[in-house]
Amino acid sequence: MSLHTLTVAELAAGLRARQFSSLDLTLHFLGRIERLAPQLNAFVTVTADRALADARAADAALAAGSAGPLTGVPIAHKDIFCTDGILTTCSSRMLANFVAPYDATVVDRWRTAGTVLLGKTNMDEFAMGSSNETSFYGPVRNPWDLQRVPGGSSGGSAAAVAACLAPAASGTDTGGSIRQPAALTNLTGIKPTYGRVSRYGMIAFASSLDQAGVLARSAEDAALLLGAMSGHDPRDSTSVDVPVPDYAAELGTPLRGLRVGIVKEFFDQGLDPQVAACVHQAIESMRREGAIIKELSLPSLPLSVPTYYVVAPAECSSNLSRFDGVRFGHRCDQPRDLMDLYKRSRGEGFGAEVKRRIMTGTYVLSAGYYDAYYLKAQKVRALIAADFARAFGEVDVVLSPTAPNVAFELGSKTSDPITMYLNDIYTIGANLAGLPGISIPCGFAEEGGSSLPVGLQLVGPHFSESRLLSAAHQYQKLTDWHRRIAPGYE
Amino acid sequence: MSLTRTQVEGIAHLARLELTEAQIPVYVESLSRIMALVEQLSAADTGGVEPMAHPLAGQVQRLRPDEATEADQRDKYQRNAASVAAGLYLVPKVIE
Repeated sequence: MSLHTLTVAELAAGLRARQFSSLDLTLHFLGRIERLAPQLNAFVTVTADRALADARAADAALAAGSAGPLTGVPIAHKDIFCTDGILTTCSSRMLANFVAPYDATVVDRWRTAGTVLLGKTNMDEFAMGSSNETSFYGPVRNPWDLQRVPGGSSGGSAAAVAACLAPAASGTDTGGSIRQPAALTNLTGIKPTYGRVSRYGMIAFASSLDQAGVLARSAEDAALLLGAMSGHDPRDSTSVDVPVPDYAAELGTPLRGLRVGIVKEFFDQGLDPQVAACVHQAIESMRREGAIIKELSLPSLPLSVPTYYVVAPAECSSNLSRFDGVRFGHRCDQPRDLMDLYKRSRGEGFGAEVKRRIMTGTYVLSAGYYDAYYLKAQKVRALIAADFARAFGEVDVVLSPTAPNVAFELGSKTSDPITMYLNDIYTIGANLAGLPGISIPCGFAEEGGSSLPVGLQLVGPHFSESRLLSAAHQYQKLTDWHRRIAPGYE
Repeated sequence: MSLTRTQVEGIAHLARLELTEAQIPVYVESLSRIMALVEQLSAADTGGVEPMAHPLAGQVQRLRPDEATEADQRDKYQRNAASVAAGLYLVPKVIE
């Protein structure tokens, strides 16, 4: 058993038992990053000096007996989280020179918990993408097949954890950006309830949908790390003041009696048959453990993609108006006048997909179109949320595939934005309704000579993270899918 | 739903984005396709439905007392700016 394949829980136990030091661990992971990260393009910035300093501080805390459950465990952050004094790019040319002047609350909380920062991971530019191909720093590759995408937008975090370059990493999820890459790289990824984790210092894409979460190699690890980042933060006006349960302590809740809803709209004609087969097999194992399986319908759900592509671009066009070439970010050379400064700085600083979303949002919010598009979408959003609320009157969780397909080849969906957008068809609903969702490994599909991971998603009512994590953990006690590591990275 | 070249140029201007000549037809095509996707919403019966602006029903954003709580970090923040002088951000001359 090598250090990099241990879970966060195992690493934390080993650190406390003094089997290895945080410095040993950190040097081990930094060595793997140096050797293996370039072929995956998983990191934008590796923070080696900071990692070594964090590790020494952790070892001192461990020696002094003042260590917490995560003290000394290395982690990586998606490059959307501001890190004080460290480059924070959002994988955009716009922020290629931006050194954040403060820490995001998520960064602050994981640091206070004693974790060691290995680096900042690559992502789709401003989190807009489902394949990590919109990054200014180039695409991230999937450890399971280097010719394929890792999913997005948290693709660098997914590739880094799947390749055992970090035991776990943060991500953000606006329409599936934690859950879909988790599914495509054989990880456990959780997006908590909207408001559960502070968005302070997390560069905004669509503020009513964005939520931070975790990519890890087991539900237990996700529970430990989610607990450490959650909680009320007065610096985020949408952060909710609801106590954070001890997620790790509640993992023992059995599957017996869990009411699982299978949404028929989620098993439609667009679904890869091999993905469907893996998910059905997982449903059967849960049924054998005593879960109660119920078929149900969420009739408005098929409208979630068009709803999302009004709401998210609208909020994006507003949020990204702050990048004006004046206070921070890219500024064009030799501006003729103020208008030229704005237009060229933004035209040069943003990539093609970000510009597309800003323009979509600008259009749906423009005079004469607001009612037809934005207001209409907000009403359909209410219908989708009501569908889920009705479902949760009958079941505890809703189960579906996480994505309609396994990891696809680089470049295969970049020519048509709609094809790419439809990759998030099963994940977007949870964001629109503010619900927590988790993706867990449930098997493999054979495609193009590669064995590729398949994920299933559980979505629950607001603040049901404990239930999702315990259901995932109980399933992971029955199966070993989540323990499989991509060949070459064991 | 098809957008014209003039419409796309107008949107780009509102969004303060300079597009190259080659980018314009690409956005005419892709924005038209996105708006065609969005057209599906018009079929939904939303009579009597309240628009949903916040993902947690019933949540109201908190207000806080109007008190200064942050320390002055102007110099630190201005390190990320392209052009500053005497604590001010510089832009091309606006008034001749």
